[in-house]
Amino acid sequence: MPMSATEIEGMIRAGIPDATVEMTDLAGDNDHWQARVTSPAFAGKSRVQQHKMVYDALGGKMGGTLHALQLTTALPS
Amino acid sequence: MADANNRISETVKANDVVLFMKGTPLFPQCGFSSRAVAILDHCGCAYESVDVLQDMEIRQGIKTYSEWPTIPQLYVKGEFVGGSDIMMEMFEAGELQELMVEKKVATTS
Repeated sequence: MPMSATEIEGMIRAGIPDATVEMTDLAGDNDHWQARVTSPAFAGKSRVQQHKMVYDALGGKMGGTLHALQLTTALPS
Repeated sequence: MADANNRISETVKANDVVLFMKGTPLFPQCGFSSRAVAILDHCGCAYESVDVLQDMEIRQGIKTYSEWPTIPQLYVKGEFVGGSDIMMEMFEAGELQELMVEKKVATTS
């Protein structure tokens, strides 16, 4: 079962306080997502660490149920 | 699994730039791997590639090795750099090219 944007967004926001999540449906099939996650919690972290924080929030779904999530992380400007 | 770990470790140590991917640079088998190959080609660096689809042990083992759940994965001089999204972000910022020059692995800068 593909995950909905609301579900993905909810998990990320539950895992990373103060995160802003923008979801884009890349293929119009409710399965290929782009997530842009902005959070002050990324301060001082490397890109790999920032992405790992999001993967942790997704609780092991990344690479499995979520096989096609394109991810961008950023600090609030 | 310990065997897969050793094999990954040896591959990463023996090659300056290694891309673990689905398929081969000529025939990538997923969009993310295809993007990673295009980025490396633009960087002008020589690299070794490992097709994880040909080896289930490596396919699972690489995720444990790097604590990273997805493929492709890029390693430069033994260090995990990231997956295709990070490669793209770094490439667009000029950071990946800088890293390649800094680590002396690019053929052009």
